[in-house]
Formats: sequence, C-alpha cells, structure tokens
Amino acid sequence: MPLWEVFIRPRTGLNHKHVGSLHAADAQMAVQAARDVYTRREEGNSIWVVRAEQIVASDPDLAAENFDPAGDKVYRHPSFYDIPDEVGHM
Amino acid sequence: MYSQGLIGADTQTHETPEFLEAFQAKIDSEQKIEANDPMPQAYRNTLIRMISQHAHSEIVGMLPEGNWITRAPTLRRKVALLAKVQDEGGHGLYLYSAAETLGVSREQLTDELLSGKAKYSSIFNYPTPTWADIGAIGWLVDGAAIMNQVPLCRCSYGPYARAMIRVCKEESFHQRQGYELITSLMQGNDQQQAMAQDALNRWWWPSLMMFGPSDTDSQHSDQSMAWKIKRFTNDELRQKFVDATVPQAELIGLTLPDPDLRWNDTKNGEGGYDFGEIDWDEFWRVVKGHGMMNKDRLAARRKAHADGAWVREAALAHAARHATPDVALAS
Ligand SMILES: [Fe+2]
Ligand SMILES: [Fe+2]
Repeated sequence: MPLWEVFIRPRTGLNHKHVGSLHAADAQMAVQAARDVYTRREEGNSIWVVRAEQIVASDPDLAAENFDPAGDKVYRHPSFYDIPDEVGHM
Repeated sequence: MYSQGLIGADTQTHETPEFLEAFQAKIDSEQKIEANDPMPQAYRNTLIRMISQHAHSEIVGMLPEGNWITRAPTLRRKVALLAKVQDEGGHGLYLYSAAETLGVSREQLTDELLSGKAKYSSIFNYPTPTWADIGAIGWLVDGAAIMNQVPLCRCSYGPYARAMIRVCKEESFHQRQGYELITSLMQGNDQQQAMAQDALNRWWWPSLMMFGPSDTDSQHSDQSMAWKIKRFTNDELRQKFVDATVPQAELIGLTLPDPDLRWNDTKNGEGGYDFGEIDWDEFWRVVKGHGMMNKDRLAARRKAHADGAWVREAALAHAARHATPDVALAS
C-alpha cells in the first residue's frame, strides 16, 4: 500500500503545509483518507497529496555544506546598511 | 519588483451575470482566489499579463545594475550589489512560478519576452553611465517598487500575494543599500556630490513613470481595483512615493529636478507634495520600445538565452543518463 505525504491549506490565502502522511491504494482514496483524518476539526479547506517516493529531499549529511554559507552573508539583510536616523523606517 | 499599470490587458468577460456576481461577492468578503478556483477569464488574463510583466521586469532589471558589479569601488559595495542582483533573479523566478499557476508555461512567457511581444517596466530602458546610478536605482527604483509591491501582498490572487510577501521581505535591503551609497557620495567631495545630483536628475522622472499612466488615462484600473488585484490607483501610489522620497532627498542635500515641487498643506486632506507634469510622451515612447536601452536590453536577454542553450541541453542529457537521481529519497 503506497505512502502519501499530506499537505493542508489551513485557510484560503495561505500555503499548503505538510501535516503528515498516510497509506492509501490510489490518489483519490488518499485525498479521502486525508480528509477523514487530518481535517476533522476544520484544519483546512484544501488538500494536496503526493506519493512519498516522489518527494526528493536534501541530504541531511550535507546540511552544513548547504545552509551554513548563508550565515555570514550579513550584507543580505537591511540592518547591515547605515542610513541617517532621521529617515526612519526604510 | 516592478509591475507596471497593465498595458493593454484584455478585460472582456463572457461569463453569466450570476457567476460574475458570486465571484465579486467572494472578492468583496476578502477571500483569496486560489489556482484551482473558478475565475472569470478576464481576471485570469489580467493576472497573467500583470504577473508576467512583473517577472520580466525583475529579469531585465538585473541588466542595468549587473553592468556595474565588476566595477564596484569596494568589496563591501560589490557584495551588496551582487546580492541584490541575485535577489532580483530570484524575484523573477517566484513571479514566473506564480504566473504558471494560471495555466501559462515558462517557455511561452520567455518567448514573449525574447520576441519583444511582452512588456516590462520602462525604467530599465534607461542607461547607467555612472556609479551614482547604482545608488539612485536602489533608493528610487526599488523604493518605487516597494510602494507598488507592499499593497500587492494583499492581492486577491493567493499565489501572487504570497510571492509578493517573499519579495517584499527581501526588498528592504535593496533600497537601504542604494540610499546608503547616495548618502556617502553626498558626504564626499564636490565631484562625488555632483555625480549623486546628476543621477537623481536623470532617475527622478523615470521613477515617477514606474507607477504607470495617470488614473484618467488608465482604462484597466477600475476593474483591477474592483477585483482587488490592485489596492491603490497608479496616481495614489505615485503620490505616496513622492511624499516619502522628497524628505529623504532634502535630508542629504539633494535637490529634486522639479521647479513645481512644493508642499501643499491641504492636499488630499492631510497634506502632500504638488509636483510637475510627467512627460507622458516620453513614457509611451519608452514603453513602445523606443527608449535609449530597449534594443540593448532585449539583445542582452536573447544572447544570454542563446548562450545558455548548451547548459540546458547538457542538464537534460545528464538527467536522461542517470535515470535514478543520486540524492536521498524521502521514505
Ligand atoms: Fe525585485
Ligand atoms: Fe529590488
């Protein structure tokens, strides 16, 4: 029985967000099952399901290599730049 | 950044009055429209045109500044400019992907840009002959873009609104680095101050034109406002920009190139600047392809696309050869 990752949109206007997974025989049954288990308390108004094997994840062993380099790029942030106080918010 | 007043959008509708009424009621109750929701064809067409013009503007907008990356006077300025131009490329991607939710393909949009069929913001058809232009672009052009983009974060079309939230978060540093650059030139010698003033003289009016045609000449504004695609008219946003920017110029000793500019205590009930007439002939000339840099910008985009062809081909060939990607599979 294939595994499906489930994404729910909590409210119109927001992104779908990963909430968990479930097993189901096909896409339609996966959507129905997701509706039954993940939206019993008005958790959302739209469901996406994706076969878990279709999701490609970054390698956890490469997390430092992938994400640490952004750490010292302070010049990507507004606070790096000095502008006169009188200007206020910019 | 840089969507510009919907040049030539098709707003014909063919749906039943009941359908349109229900759609309007949904908009009026501030519910977002999502990709799979029913929507009038004209709403879809307007958004495709607006978002793709915006995306093209981000991409073409990399050219005038990219020109200066190798000539930045210090390493500090160089990393800032590099990071900014990199952001603009990312903004283009966010926007193309928002447009794709409406049923157009990336290839189609790219073809329209490269063939000259698609429009992009007129501002990028002006040249950047001096280093001060980099300051003026960050301060004024990104400043005007922010004015435009902040209300778009509340656009009725969900995917566009969410892309705008991401863009706005990144945009603030763009304006600050530009203003910091201009401020430091104004603290320099006579030549440096003159260079800053000259850049302001050249960029001020084109920046005001970024907000698009005046409300009296903009045929598509009313429907876009009713559908809450836009929250403010072109002239309202232009006024906000003038009111915010004039004090910033005066603070660092710059003079705005407009003899008619003066504070008016009673403007719109709360005070605002009166300013001179925009040269709309120039605006339309540049929009229609006759600005100083239109030909160069398109030529540069076409060359980049052609030069990148072997990379796309090689990537596809590589993918075909390695049918199983060597990355961790989630299970
Ligand atoms: Fe941008
Ligand atoms: Fe920007």
